[in-house]
Amino acid sequence: MPMTMTQKILAAHAGLPSVQPGQLIEASLDMVLGNDITSPVAINEFERCGARGVFDREKIALVLDHFAPNKDIKAAQQCKQTRLFADKYDIKNFFDVGRMGIEHALLPEQGLVGPGDAVVGADSHTCTYGALGAFSTGVGSTDMAAAMITGKLWFKIPSAIKVELINKPTGFVCGKDVVLHLIGEIGVDGALYQSLEFTGPGAAALSMDDRFTIANMAIEAGAKNGIFPVDEKTLEYCRDRFQREPRVFEADADAEYTRTVTIDLSALRPTVSMPHLPENTKTIEEVSDVKIDQSVIGSCTNGRISDMRIAAQILKSRKVAKNVRCIVIPATQEVYLQCVREGLAEIFIEAGAVFSTPTCGPCLGGYMGILAEGERAVSTTNRNFVGRMGHVESEVILASPAVAAASAVTGYLTDPAKL
Amino acid sequence: MNATGTVHKYGDDVNTDVIIPARYLNTASHQELAVHCMEDIDKDYVKNVKPGDVVVAGKNFGCGSSREHAPIALKASGASCVIAKTFARIFYRNSINIGFPILECQEAAEEIAAGNKVQVDFDTGVITDETTGKTYQAQPYPEFLQNIIKSGGLMESIKG
Repeated sequence: MPMTMTQKILAAHAGLPSVQPGQLIEASLDMVLGNDITSPVAINEFERCGARGVFDREKIALVLDHFAPNKDIKAAQQCKQTRLFADKYDIKNFFDVGRMGIEHALLPEQGLVGPGDAVVGADSHTCTYGALGAFSTGVGSTDMAAAMITGKLWFKIPSAIKVELINKPTGFVCGKDVVLHLIGEIGVDGALYQSLEFTGPGAAALSMDDRFTIANMAIEAGAKNGIFPVDEKTLEYCRDRFQREPRVFEADADAEYTRTVTIDLSALRPTVSMPHLPENTKTIEEVSDVKIDQSVIGSCTNGRISDMRIAAQILKSRKVAKNVRCIVIPATQEVYLQCVREGLAEIFIEAGAVFSTPTCGPCLGGYMGILAEGERAVSTTNRNFVGRMGHVESEVILASPAVAAASAVTGYLTDPAKL
Repeated sequence: MNATGTVHKYGDDVNTDVIIPARYLNTASHQELAVHCMEDIDKDYVKNVKPGDVVVAGKNFGCGSSREHAPIALKASGASCVIAKTFARIFYRNSINIGFPILECQEAAEEIAAGNKVQVDFDTGVITDETTGKTYQAQPYPEFLQNIIKSGGLMESIKG
């Protein structure tokens, strides 16, 4: 039976010659991830069931990124619990403040995940690593606990939606616009229980950072995972990083898809998601004169170096508008250092922006940029649910780094080409 | 196993950020989480909910973040189960894993009104709206998941 890319990876990790949609399998895992919010719940389960050890100390990654550097005493307790666990079981890939980054930017950068892997993480945006041609998906803390003990987890083989990308994006259009447009087309449950398989010449034309952004938001369409074919760009990214041998899986030419969505990248415009669902998309032309109080540039979706560069290009020799707070957060220590070395940090600070150490902070309304009642942020993050960034009466508009930076300058949602 | 309770009804795409806002995720205490359950879409939920009550909602219930704190908060708040048209997949897994029953039933999710008294039989998947007298049949779980549920959750099932 012909298989999609996701199906092939899962079959290989279950030791089966082939699988079909709906089939329940048990897959061996190459990496199990948790953060400072989800790990404590997993550790409690791990200890409650009397586990004596982890399946492989090198195949677990624990990253203190959500409420770290510790935002309050309770967060400090949760980080401490995770740190003590990492010490006790000698977890190799433990990332504390000063070494950490936002998990989904950090793991690919550190070469801990790569092509052909099966990865789970107790964080919904674990689907990011599909950009590398891996099967990766978000799970909860109990799944994480079981996976840390056994190195395995059950999955239902997903059917797939084929997303055919054609042509190349123009102007300031980037991966964020592609994925917001897609979610607007198919809805927040448009890919529920399914995989989103990106393909076509447009996929090949996208940079790795754009692919990470797109795979990252597959969950916002309800997908189990999003995945890109492995090509030269993928292998180039993995060279000198990925610590194992890449395994390249390709979808069969006659693989079955429940539907095909074709997106002409050359026809896309800068796109935003209005409150309070990622599917409420508008092109930038449709939303002028929307006033903003804050602009957040960062997160696991858009905190990579190319995101920082485009934001800096726009903010260079300009100033953040009066009464707007612009908060720039590179996703990892490496990106942070690169921003310093390339002079981007100076541009952000001279423009009147905050330039912060890596953290998930504002994205989920943790800290470092909470909104007051009635306030509105444009943000390069991934969710604009009610109360996501603060007060229940505040609003979040999702956008690309270019739109977020341009909007910071004018104080209104702005097409970067019109600055 | 049965539960009987009053219905708390919500719409489509109820996400885990409103089930338990991230500002409360600095704790893993079930009781502390329960105090803030549904706070951002229904301030009165915690005041009104009684043990055994049933949450009924539309499509894609539990979408968004993977936080297991969401089904934990609902369970600790006293709710006996959630009936919805569809569930987001991570929420679905999490609920099964912690032994919190969830039932997929399009018709029941549409028709059962807030405040109605409902009885749910978790073994058969039969939902009875005692206020209207109408019964519904929820989607049965695959056998594999039934075994996890019967074991009392995922951790118990891997011990065996």
